Amino acid sequence: MSKKVAVYRKEHFNAAHRLYNPAWDMAKNDAVFGKCNNPNFHGHNYEVVVKVTGVPDPETGYVMDMKILSDLIRDHVLEQFDHKNLNLDTLHFKTLNPTAENICVVIYELLRAQIAPQLDLQVRLYETERNFVEYPA
Amino acid sequence: MVYLTRVEHFNAAHKLYNPNWSKEQNELVFGKCANEHWHGHNYELYVTVKGRPDPDTGFVCDVKALSKIINQYVIEQLDHKNLNMDVPFMKDQLCSTENLAIAIWKQLQPQLPVGVQLHGIKLYETPRIFVEYYGE
Repeated sequence: MSKKVAVYRKEHFNAAHRLYNPAWDMAKNDAVFGKCNNPNFHGHNYEVVVKVTGVPDPETGYVMDMKILSDLIRDHVLEQFDHKNLNLDTLHFKTLNPTAENICVVIYELLRAQIAPQLDLQVRLYETERNFVEYPA
Repeated sequence: MVYLTRVEHFNAAHKLYNPNWSKEQNELVFGKCANEHWHGHNYELYVTVKGRPDPDTGFVCDVKALSKIINQYVIEQLDHKNLNMDVPFMKDQLCSTENLAIAIWKQLQPQLPVGVQLHGIKLYETPRIFVEYYGE
């Protein structure tokens, strides 16, 4: 038996965004995205839950050092997104709509590049207390 | 006297920025909250009214009516908006949580039914930061 264990780190960031497809006219954007298409943006307190799964290291007992995980999230995710406008201030959403789904995938990819390949990674992103997404599904 | 609270929420963008100061002074005082392109929050609003239960209904206030008032005069004005740019009742004010709570009080107080007093506004900007205003 492999005795895989999941460890989780929860962080948060506050950001502004707008849902808008530049290929559509304003009427269609309003019809599809509703008030999320406000031209002057709106915003959220995002909560991000990062799940890392693996077999605890026999020498440390750790799946992953949580301090290192915390630092990785801070350096690669929070510093880019916290107190920012996701559409205007980040490169990731220049051409990608900053929906919770897309933000979650971007966070996953940013962290996946930093975490040892033998460890599984999953990201859950809360846009509000009642709306959240998860990747990989 | 019984106190009755209705909880609502809204999502909005804002920035903390004093137009009378330089960009440097704003960044010094407001830090990353002064980001010129805004950031945002999920705000949670607690509106507390007080009164004596009506002998015929047992209600301090019809909560459905209270909810409609809060939605019409506050939530519809703030939800999915930019607090600095889109909200007439925040015009020319610093969009701090403190000032927003005072402005919400001013919006609601004239709208409440006769016999119902506004007691307090509690406004959460994040789960760990909130302000309270009691009209003092």
